Formats: sequence, C-alpha cells, structure tokens
Amino acid sequence: MDSTHSNPMSLCSQADSQRTLYPYVTGTSVIGVKYKDGILMAADMGGSYGSTLRYKSVERMKPIGKHSLLGASGEISDFQEILRYLDELILYDNMWDDGNSLGPKEVHSYLTRVMYNRRNKFNPLWNSLVLGGVKNGQKYLGTVSMIGVHFEDNHVATGFGNHLARPILRDEWHEDLSFEDGVKLLEKCMRVLLYRDRSAVNKLQIAKITEEGVTISQPYSLKTFWGFSAFQNPTVGAEGSW
Amino acid sequence: MDLNAPHTMGTTIIGVTYNGGVVLGADSRTSTGMYVANRASDKITQLTDNVYICRSGSAADSQIVSDYVRYFLHQHTIQLGQPATVKVAANLVRLVSYNNKNMLETGLIVGGWDKYEGGKIYAIPLGGTIIEQPFAVGGSGSTYLYGFFDQAWKEGMTKDEAEQLVVKAVSLAIARDGASGGVIRTVIINSEGVTRNFYPGDSLPLWHEELPPQNSLLEVLHSSSPEPMNM
Repeated sequence: MDSTHSNPMSLCSQADSQRTLYPYVTGTSVIGVKYKDGILMAADMGGSYGSTLRYKSVERMKPIGKHSLLGASGEISDFQEILRYLDELILYDNMWDDGNSLGPKEVHSYLTRVMYNRRNKFNPLWNSLVLGGVKNGQKYLGTVSMIGVHFEDNHVATGFGNHLARPILRDEWHEDLSFEDGVKLLEKCMRVLLYRDRSAVNKLQIAKITEEGVTISQPYSLKTFWGFSAFQNPTVGAEGSW
Repeated sequence: MDLNAPHTMGTTIIGVTYNGGVVLGADSRTSTGMYVANRASDKITQLTDNVYICRSGSAADSQIVSDYVRYFLHQHTIQLGQPATVKVAANLVRLVSYNNKNMLETGLIVGGWDKYEGGKIYAIPLGGTIIEQPFAVGGSGSTYLYGFFDQAWKEGMTKDEAEQLVVKAVSLAIARDGASGGVIRTVIINSEGVTRNFYPGDSLPLWHEELPPQNSLLEVLHSSSPEPMNM
C-alpha cells in the first residue's frame, strides 16, 4: 500500500504532499438490509460526473471471497482500487490453504483500517462502503465511511439513503424478512431515492448473499408514479409559483 | 444535505417557433443542493393571455422577475387597449434582468403569439442580453442539446412536429442532466389560444442504456423463460 518509495505511476515528484480534494466520477446511495437467509443490498448503476449522468451501467456491488458482498458509493476509481486491495487480501487468505476463509466481519475490519489510515494522511479513499455477508449461519451487515466511521446494524445506507431510506427501514424492517418482502422494501426505498436524489439513475441491481453464495440481479428499471392530480396544473390560482 | 442551499431549477427549458405559433417546453425538477425539493414544478409561467415565460436558475429570482413583468404588462395592456406584443413583454423582462444584473441569477425564455409578428421566441440569458431566435434552449440541461438542435431543427415545422421535437429534446436532456427530471410540460401558443400538455416521466422514450420500467424485480424473476427452439 503506502510505502516510503514513491508511486512510479505518479508523474510529479512526491515532495509536495498528496491529498484528495474532491471526487470526479461518483456513485450515489447503497442500501443494505438483513433478511431471513442473509443480506439484501441495492444500488443503482449510475456514475455521475458532477451534475452530468455520465455512466449508466456502473456495477457498484461486488462479491468478495466466498462470504461477503461489498457495495460502494462515492468515487468509482477509489472503489476500483479498494477491489484491488481486497483481491490481494483474499488471494493471500487462499494461499494459506488452511480451510479457513475471511468472513464478512474480518473484511469489514480490514476496510475500516484502510479507510481510517488514509483519512489520517489527509488522502482519503472517497467512498462510503456497505459490507454484508453470512458465515456459518451468522449474518453480518456493516458500513465504513471515508473518514473511518464504522458500525454494524440490521439496516444501513450511504449518502442520501441515510436521509431518505433509513426512516422507511426503521418503520418497516423487521427480523426474518422473506426474500420477497426484503426486495419490495428495498425497491420502495430506491423509488423514493429516484424521485428525490438528483444523482439517482433509473437502472438498479439488487444483490443477495446467503450461506450458499452471492447473486447479483440483472440490471432493471423501476416504474414511477406521476398521476397525482396536483401534478397536472400546480400553479392554477397562483401564477408564477412552482 | 445542505438545506440552506438556494432553490435552483437546474432545469432544461426550450422555446421553438413553428408556422403559426410557438411551443414552450420544460422539465419539472427544482432542487435544494442535491435534494429534489419539488419533482413536479411548473416552470412555464403566464405573463399575459398570449405570452408565457420559461424560468431557469434561481427559483426565487425567476419568480420575482416574472411577477414584476406580469404586473407591468397588466398595466401596459390597460393603457394600450389591446394585448401586449411578445416583443414588449420580452423587453420588459430584459430591463429587469439587465438593471439588476449584479443581484439576479436567472436565465429566461419568453415566447408567445401576437397579431403583428405571429409566433416569436426571445432568449434572455444571465446579464440581460435579449436575443430573438427561431428556437432557444436554456438551463443546465441545455448543454446537452446544442448538438441535437444543430442536427434536428428545421424551418417551417407543423405544430405537432414542433411539440414532438421539444418533448424529445427535454427527454434527452433529462437523461443526462442530474439537475433536470420529472415530467415534461409544454405550452403551445398560437392565434387560437393556449394549450397546456403534460408528459409524465414514465411515458417518455427510452434512450441509450435506459431500460423499460418494471413493477418489481420479483416480476422479472418470475416471468417465464424463453421457449426453446424447435428444429
């Protein structure tokens, strides 16, 4: 990772300290919930470039090893770098060839250390991560932010999902959700995000992880509702308002 | 979420002339920072019976400018004894925008029909320049439409062709501009009067990488798999 000798791919001398100032291509909210058989996670496939919806088929959820699923919001290039780090981590884990494998709790812990250490050097990986998984029947769902804030819970979200999805989840999540109910709950949250988050894109995936393994759905779009009578002529009687 | 960020209508607004009148179009998204404060706004506002204005930029600034101009035009119509012309309406908008240029942040498109000049479109961008054009685009979404209009705009379109062009254009801008979205509203103005139309988000054409909407993933999963080929 970070070392005393400079990165050969960097084109300027590293005498001046490097720091990330702002992201370029970003993904928006990720939501995760625990359900009966494991974890369900949802994220749309948008990669925004400022206010432009530039890339619309970005996969923001990836399986990690046998037991984990990682979803990321924020800078996509940093997410891709994190996947490289995790690749190496899993590779070394497999090379032990000892029958043991890193579970979601361990991967979450590793990610926390990575994110926090980068934050301490004022050069963060500009992501908010959701890490979910099942190992030996134990379900795990946690989150790490770009400054290293981390915790686990029955339902987590990043970005706008914190403000728009979590209130819905607090109300409607319960222990032992069925797959169908979990999907419908996530879709309810994703639809609200589609209405109210400027960087949301109408193309999403829902991923599930159980003891058996990871399944990430094919991309699909949600129907939206615009049929309220109030939407037809909102400014009748109040010309110039909105 | 920065709830103290000013309400801006990121927006895509369009005005197009055709042989007989004008078609004005706009999206319906108003944002406060990254939050969509209103997903069904009406950005096409009436100034007189025959002149309407498309608003973009700061929601507050565009509303107050159109409120002042509506007030002035009302008095002007009484004094003149007949409907105001589109040119007069547009120039009043210009005067307010120009004389307050240091304080305002709003781009406007004025469109309408009068008996002297027929259908006319006037663009009044930031700073208060006035420019009469056969068609105009404005708002943050307009950046995605310059190439499109260079290719697709034609002189002498019919009313339906013009409206379809406007709806297609706003729909394309919505697909790429995060600050535009929601429904598409159009207003058609000609000698016969004014027609308002409403195109909800789910009725718009799909563009590159966009997929047909579904009720739920559960329906996608349960839909029958394709029939095997019979040789």
